[in-house]
Amino acid sequence: MQFLTVVIRRSLYAFLLLLAVIVFNYTLLFLVPGDIAETIAGESGGASAELMAEIRRSYGLDQPFYVQLFGYVGRVLQGDLGSSYYFNVPVLDLILGRLGPTLLLVVTSLLLAIFTGTLFGVIASQRPNGIFSHFITILALIGFSAPVFWTAFLLIILFVSMLQILPLSGLAEPLTESGTWQWYLDVAYHLILPVVSLSSIYLAQYSRLARASMMDILGSDYIRTARAKGLGQRVIIYKHALRNAVIPVITIAGLQFSHIFSGAVVIETVFSWPGLGTLAFESILRGDTPTIMGILFFSAFVVIIFNLLTDLAYRIVDPRIRLSNTA
Amino acid sequence: MNKYFKMAAGGAAMLAATALAVPTAQAEPKQGGTLTMIYRIIAGHFNPAIASGTPTGIPGTQLFAALIRYDDQWRPQPYLAESWKIADDGLSVQVNLRKNAVFHDGHPITSEDVAFSIETIKANHPFKTMYGPVTKVTTPDKHTAIIHLSAPHPAIELAMSSQLGVVIPKHIYGEGNIRKNPRNSQDIVGSGPFKLKEFKPGEYIIMERFDDFFLEGRPYLDQIVFKKMAESTSRIIALETGKADLTAFASDPQELTRLKKSKHLTLTPDGYSAIGPLNWLAFNTTRKPFDDKRVRQAIGYAMNKKLMIKILYSGFAKRATGPIHPGSVFYSGDVNDYAYDVAKAKALLDAAGLKPDADGIRLKTTLNFIPGGAVWKRWSEITKAQLKKIGIDVTLKASSDFRSWIKTVAGHDFDMTLDSVFNWGDPVIGVHRTYQSTNIRKGVPWHNTQQFRNADVDAVMMKAGLENDLAKRKALYAKMQKMVVEEAPIIYINASPYHTIYNHDRVGNPPVDSIWGTSSPMDNVYIKQ
Repeated sequence: MQFLTVVIRRSLYAFLLLLAVIVFNYTLLFLVPGDIAETIAGESGGASAELMAEIRRSYGLDQPFYVQLFGYVGRVLQGDLGSSYYFNVPVLDLILGRLGPTLLLVVTSLLLAIFTGTLFGVIASQRPNGIFSHFITILALIGFSAPVFWTAFLLIILFVSMLQILPLSGLAEPLTESGTWQWYLDVAYHLILPVVSLSSIYLAQYSRLARASMMDILGSDYIRTARAKGLGQRVIIYKHALRNAVIPVITIAGLQFSHIFSGAVVIETVFSWPGLGTLAFESILRGDTPTIMGILFFSAFVVIIFNLLTDLAYRIVDPRIRLSNTA
Repeated sequence: MNKYFKMAAGGAAMLAATALAVPTAQAEPKQGGTLTMIYRIIAGHFNPAIASGTPTGIPGTQLFAALIRYDDQWRPQPYLAESWKIADDGLSVQVNLRKNAVFHDGHPITSEDVAFSIETIKANHPFKTMYGPVTKVTTPDKHTAIIHLSAPHPAIELAMSSQLGVVIPKHIYGEGNIRKNPRNSQDIVGSGPFKLKEFKPGEYIIMERFDDFFLEGRPYLDQIVFKKMAESTSRIIALETGKADLTAFASDPQELTRLKKSKHLTLTPDGYSAIGPLNWLAFNTTRKPFDDKRVRQAIGYAMNKKLMIKILYSGFAKRATGPIHPGSVFYSGDVNDYAYDVAKAKALLDAAGLKPDADGIRLKTTLNFIPGGAVWKRWSEITKAQLKKIGIDVTLKASSDFRSWIKTVAGHDFDMTLDSVFNWGDPVIGVHRTYQSTNIRKGVPWHNTQQFRNADVDAVMMKAGLENDLAKRKALYAKMQKMVVEEAPIIYINASPYHTIYNHDRVGNPPVDSIWGTSSPMDNVYIKQ
């Protein structure tokens, strides 16, 4: 029953948080000078007074702020995120179409960073002053301090421009028919550079973290006991020590899931990746309020779900958390 | 009636002229192939009847055919209209449609559709002056439409061309609010050489050959893939590695410098004379001291335009001397060019009563610039440095994004601003709006935001807008240019250095043989291999 209580309490928090997200962001967006009418006129290279007025009227932008806000909250509570001013399609369709590519990018990057980072850290921890360990330290320094777009461009210049072995941009070639196995292969092929670029920062961090925590644990009593029992190095490391060493990595990864979303905006722009990040960024520039609001709402939702999952992941990895009452 | 307008008669002769306009030195055009075009943005929809702008216009002119097309010498050519004739009194235009033309769904294109399209454009398009004098469109038979005008309207031929004068099917767009019609972006039924195959919002649009296109044997291409690529570096690499064949409206000097070095690419400034993009510094002529023309002129003399073009655009841009683009038939260079002269500038400021204070400062003012892109920022910094020399202390005002800059300028909340404004073919469409005292409309982007009022300029423009004789019309615009430049509501610096870049190993008949460039049908373009 304890689990259920946690879920209910969390859901209530989530609801209040989402409401706050809506009100706060809608207010912020309202304060930005200029709206969709200016955007449409700007892209058109001109406009007429009638056109500007008609655009505003048809989207209800001529209404006072509170009318717009309450109208929006009311519609969202009924499950209607509205239609994009710019694309003239339901925001939900737009988001669902973009959510897949973003999740693919973000989750793959995160998993890659966690697995490779942990692996590097574990290997390095065994010879703290060995060459590999120093290599990890240097990699961590570079990976963490290099801006993600810089890493991305470096990789593009190397693999796309010079070696010409990887594709430049997009989710897949537009002419590949989606749904076929060639398309999935094409997506995987297009995924390589964005994922490597995006995970570079986190990979470096996680390997440092895993290395430190592994070294810490390898010096602890229970490992000494295991050694005394005569267990092999491999069993000690991968069966006994690793489980504990991974906990800080998972904690940080969970916390960073939302960061990685923002990193994805840059990567998506550089690689023309059709994700939520670019959609959000461009919608903000355009003043496409329903789309921005929809994305913020959705991202908040995803982050909340992910935090919940992180919590559950602890419970699976560490039985002590499962028993204690830390809701 | 002069030569310019007599061109309209005789459809068959015109077809021959179109054929001649195609460069014949190269190999025979070949059927087939896919052209990949990249562009920095992709529009939300592709219906040019309700929006201008190049992101809509480039794909839009492939999907929808206009009545007329233009060659690269400003000569109108038959397109969907087999021929047309402007009445001697200038008060009506008879348009004779091709009899074999059909929409992408197989419905014949009739005069009803032409009437509907013109009415839709008149009601919804941002450029109100295009069809402003049109009173009604009558349809004596299925293939004849007569456009009735309240006054002679020489701009009508340009308004009937390219992305401005597209013909859309009444049976698809005739019902409901056209602005919210989902078929502006999906399931488009057009009249042009290519039909829509797939549009992924924000990503790409794929267009494929329309087999029943009204011009026999055209288009040559099987498909056009039009992809958004926002990053300049990505565009460079895509073009260099052959992943893309074509891009247009490239103006970043670093991008141009780099791409010029490639053996496979050709860079050309051709194809932008109709769009007519100008970059300038504008004054709010109602604010002190810019209400005094001597102050405005002084700033004109203080700006070293040649140096600016060299620094800002690495020499890729042409000088602009007045309100009309140097590529236009109406351009006249007979104006005061405000040759760089600091002494003269200072003298004018003295005369206007702006004497230097103890620190040498005569005036403190502000300058707004267009956000996005390093060039505008650098431009504003150079301007600040140059005006410092004549004792004007400029504070630069940045805007968070494009639309807030538009709002600021459209709302008259500025002293000076940098701006980029297009001529859009005929001066009536894209030039008059900036200077007419009747077009000061606060809140509307690119109206007469300078709030410039000059009865003489108004009168000359009014006359030129009604003059069907090309030579007389040119003379009127020459006069207008001289007057406006003398009054200096705006200091003209350069024509935007837009370039079309294409892979010459692959692209035959690149879309640069029209004054409309890539915003004209690419039925002529073919893939070489």
